[in-house]
Amino acid sequence: MLRSSLRLTSRVPAASQRLARPALLARRGLATKFSKDHEWVKVEGKVATVGITDHAQEQLGDVVFVDLPEVGAVVKKDDTMGAVESVKAASDVYAPVSGEVTDVNGALNDEPALINSSAESDGWMCKVKLSKPDELDGLMDADAYKKFCNE
Amino acid sequence: MPAESELRKTPLHAEHLALGAKMGPFGGWDMPIQYPDGIMKSHLFTRAKAGLFDVSHMLGVVVRGADRALPDGSGTLSVLTNEAGGIIDDMIITNAARGPSEKRKRGDHLYMVINAGHEDKDLPHMEAQLSKFDASVETLPNNGILALQGPAAAEVLQALTPVDLSQMPFMSARPMEVAGEQCFVARSGYTGEDGFEIAVPPGGGSQHAVRGLWSTLLEREDVTPVGLGARDSLRLEAGLCLYGERHASSARNDLDDTTSPVEGALAWVIAKRRRAEDGSFCGSDRILAELRDKSRTRARCGFVVDQGAPVREGTALRDESGAEVGIVTSGGFSPCLKKGIGMCYVTPGRNKSGTKLLAEVRGKTQSLTVTKMPFVEQRYYRGP
Repeated sequence: MLRSSLRLTSRVPAASQRLARPALLARRGLATKFSKDHEWVKVEGKVATVGITDHAQEQLGDVVFVDLPEVGAVVKKDDTMGAVESVKAASDVYAPVSGEVTDVNGALNDEPALINSSAESDGWMCKVKLSKPDELDGLMDADAYKKFCNE
Repeated sequence: MPAESELRKTPLHAEHLALGAKMGPFGGWDMPIQYPDGIMKSHLFTRAKAGLFDVSHMLGVVVRGADRALPDGSGTLSVLTNEAGGIIDDMIITNAARGPSEKRKRGDHLYMVINAGHEDKDLPHMEAQLSKFDASVETLPNNGILALQGPAAAEVLQALTPVDLSQMPFMSARPMEVAGEQCFVARSGYTGEDGFEIAVPPGGGSQHAVRGLWSTLLEREDVTPVGLGARDSLRLEAGLCLYGERHASSARNDLDDTTSPVEGALAWVIAKRRRAEDGSFCGSDRILAELRDKSRTRARCGFVVDQGAPVREGTALRDESGAEVGIVTSGGFSPCLKKGIGMCYVTPGRNKSGTKLLAEVRGKTQSLTVTKMPFVEQRYYRGP
């Protein structure tokens, strides 16, 4: 029911193709991991790309503003690292892993709706150089996250 | 917050579920917050064509008595005030004309629609006050109420009623047949758009007549269902207040029972003849004093966020020296202006257009500019 409760806007017809990408990457060994706070993490080497999940954007509705961390900031797992805002409310985004922010997705400042159209790809929020790679073990894989959302 | 099972349901509850609405509690009712299209689309659709709102959680109240200052068939925004001069509720009051054949005769009652969950507070107060007059109060709890709002609203409704709507300016009201049902229709609303509020009695059938009218209206391509989420963003763009209860430490809504009409920038609802006479209405000691000697300690005004995140209700406002000068009571993102807007209460003087205020959002200081309301031009129909 939750999945059907929000429809992606017509301006973003490419959404479904884009969302297929994490699965492709998974086959190449770059598995996406998910947190209970609805962030996703994709690791390449020591750097994790982080964003909010497609399920989360569906729950939020149209994203109108994104607060990104500063490049160089040191974030700690489960601490607030940013926020996404819909018309109605602001939601904190928690760091799913600890480390130093090495890059942020500046495109979100001009086009926050990228999170709606492409939450798990073009709508990435930041890159974090992992300080505790072991934390990844505590995150869910795609199947476990799907189950978690349906609970 | 009451458990879900204790929440009241409007006659359209099943329709909301069937449309896939996200439901949520509001004023003791289980109401649609948004439909699958989302708040942004519903909001913009209402400004472009017409939005249909179930507002059956609000209560129609009829007051019968002789002394009514409004012209027949016309309405005005008003407030109920307590002895301390605070606002108990805000509502549109109409001096209700009778049926079309009797339109030259005087209306015989006042009709008002009070906020959801307010009956336990408003009605005893009204009855106590009215005991001083030859007047009586009656509620219409079985009515379904629809709001049809937007530039296409008049054309949509005209197709369903024999009454010539071009003769009905904004804030007028009258009984009329709509899609075969005898309804009471007011040309008013809560969006800043032209539109109507349609009170529908249950009717004689096996289901409430409002369900039939709801379906008929939604058959049109230029009408979409709109929930309370977009109702809130629409009314905020229109500069209209949201009434709410005062929470423990912070203001969460634009009006509450500590706020006077003068503080709330609603002094215009106090008629000349009320201003002329001390003690002429409930709470007049404080309210007339505030009008005369400008003794109010806070004033409502609108603001736009110069740059950055929307500034939400409960956020403290400061001047350039860092001194706290007010608080945000409604804050959000304007789908039409594509930036943060809101209403706040500030120290008198700071409510002047162009005043700069500072707000902190997640550790970042943002600049706001006090702005005249409405934020989006009102498009009320003023008559032929």
